[in-house]
Amino acid sequence: MNEFLQQVINGLSLGSVYALIALGYTMVYGVLKFINFAHGDVYMLGAYSGFYLGPMLQRAMPNNPVIAFIITLIASMIICAAIGVTVERLAYKPLRNAPRLTVLITAIGVSLLFEYGGQLVFGATPRSFPQIIPSVNVISQPLVISNHQLIILGTAIFLMLLLNFIVLKTKLGTAIRAVSYNVQAASLMGINTNVVISFTFALGSALAAAAGVLFSLNYPSIDPLMGILPGLKAFVAAVLGGIGNIAGALVGSFILGLVETFVVGYLSPTYRDAIAFAILILILLFKPSGILGKREIEKV
Amino acid sequence: MATHKNAILFTGLTLLIFALNFVSGAINAYYFQILIYIGISIILATSLNLINGYTGQFSLGHAGFMAIGGYASAALTHYYGAGMIAAMGGGSFGEQVTFFLSLVLAGATAGAAGLVVGVPSLRLKGDYLAITTLGFGEIIRVLIQNAEFVGGARGFTGISKYTNFFWVFFMVLVVIYLVHNLTTSTFGRAFLSVRDDEVASEAMGINTTNYKVIAFLIGSVFAGIAGALYAHFVLYLNPEDFGFLRSIEIVVMVILGGMGNLAGVAIAAVILTILPEALRFVSNYRMVIYALMLIILMLVRPQGIFGDRKVSSFFKRPA
Repeated sequence: MNEFLQQVINGLSLGSVYALIALGYTMVYGVLKFINFAHGDVYMLGAYSGFYLGPMLQRAMPNNPVIAFIITLIASMIICAAIGVTVERLAYKPLRNAPRLTVLITAIGVSLLFEYGGQLVFGATPRSFPQIIPSVNVISQPLVISNHQLIILGTAIFLMLLLNFIVLKTKLGTAIRAVSYNVQAASLMGINTNVVISFTFALGSALAAAAGVLFSLNYPSIDPLMGILPGLKAFVAAVLGGIGNIAGALVGSFILGLVETFVVGYLSPTYRDAIAFAILILILLFKPSGILGKREIEKV
Repeated sequence: MATHKNAILFTGLTLLIFALNFVSGAINAYYFQILIYIGISIILATSLNLINGYTGQFSLGHAGFMAIGGYASAALTHYYGAGMIAAMGGGSFGEQVTFFLSLVLAGATAGAAGLVVGVPSLRLKGDYLAITTLGFGEIIRVLIQNAEFVGGARGFTGISKYTNFFWVFFMVLVVIYLVHNLTTSTFGRAFLSVRDDEVASEAMGINTTNYKVIAFLIGSVFAGIAGALYAHFVLYLNPEDFGFLRSIEIVVMVILGGMGNLAGVAIAAVILTILPEALRFVSNYRMVIYALMLIILMLVRPQGIFGDRKVSSFFKRPA
């Protein structure tokens, strides 16, 4: 029973990282109807921002690791939001009316550019992420819960609530929902769709950056290709929950995090990377609109 | 009439390749290796062109099918090869027949896998298919890593060298001939219509899913054959060789040459196989160059270098 609970806790902590990435996928899909392949690499860039900023802030305030961590987190989120907006402006915006395949290929190009450009800039060898907050087991009997796991879960939940507030209560959030409902009608109502799209990219990229910093705090080995698999898995989570649906992304991510942890714990760790894709194929077979997604009727 | 001409051309070229096979031993080993790689690249790119270019279904898992074909054929020749050669009367004739059978097996297993992946995912639109095929490629890699009888994560060694000039370029000829005839036939026009407007072609009574699956099936069969040719030339298979990057390389060939342009894609396959060899001194930048090429190409010339135009039209004076 204890082992089961332990797996649940590990799964929730993994799932909350996937959720932060999946939210970006699903929001961008909501407004632009396209899968931002480079999203997983923003997560990697977030981790590297933390890698370079963390030690600097640690030196600046050696007695306040928590504040140093919070500043690192926020700064990484801002950096990645800026990167996300820049990529959207340079690579995706000129293709707003191009076929979806063209945009998809561009996104793959951007993703490869980040990964292999990253290898040139940061070096291809894995680096060790700084322990801004040292790892301590908050509870060690009968379950092992580290402060890192609690930080991940707590920060993730806080950010999700913040996102919920932004999307539901603010003017820009209402505009995002309007654009994802119908771009043309939204622009007829006087919404500047370009601003909304940029803002969506900024939000999504900031969340991915937070995921990168949080995950690296717990698993402190980072490399330029680290974003590929979490990115793909978060996408699977978004599809599982129903792409374009924010609550769906959360549900899908926690399910995926739990399933993955259970597969690793009870079956074999070698299948960890295959299980997500098996889930994807199953969900596409039986319920392509996802758990919370609506089936859309295609109109000509 | 045109079909007759094509059939005669096909037979003639087959004989030519067969004849060239006997002099291919005289080529410098390094150049010979590049030549074989070019052939394999053309098979991969042309088969993916049928899926991506002509039918408009974006697949990112071509390397996965290549892996299945490669491993299936290598397992056949490794475990049963000696017995089969003996049963065939031994000698080089027995070897060639065994190799041919292993190519058939490679095509069949990769084709079967193509059906398993294609049937569920081809009901979906472009981006989903891209991710599903990508995921499928990863699943294949993980499964092979866990399959100890083909070497698992250490790689598969002890494969015999059967691939020669004839088999590679005969297969190049077959895949080009097949895709050309298919896409210019009445039956094959449906592939293009699925790409250009799915809803309209459905309204014209075309079973779009059927055509997508057929294109996917043919494409994966040839990817499997390419994998078998690769396996029996390199003599060592490692699951890591068939990852996402290999798939991307093939995709870049198709996009660079112009999706749905037979000659353009073949030329791009040749260029992209020679280029890394010629640019060894900047090999660190290769993937960055690929990435920039993809982005700039999509922004500036999304139809690829040759686009829809026949390559020969570039050499004719405008009328």
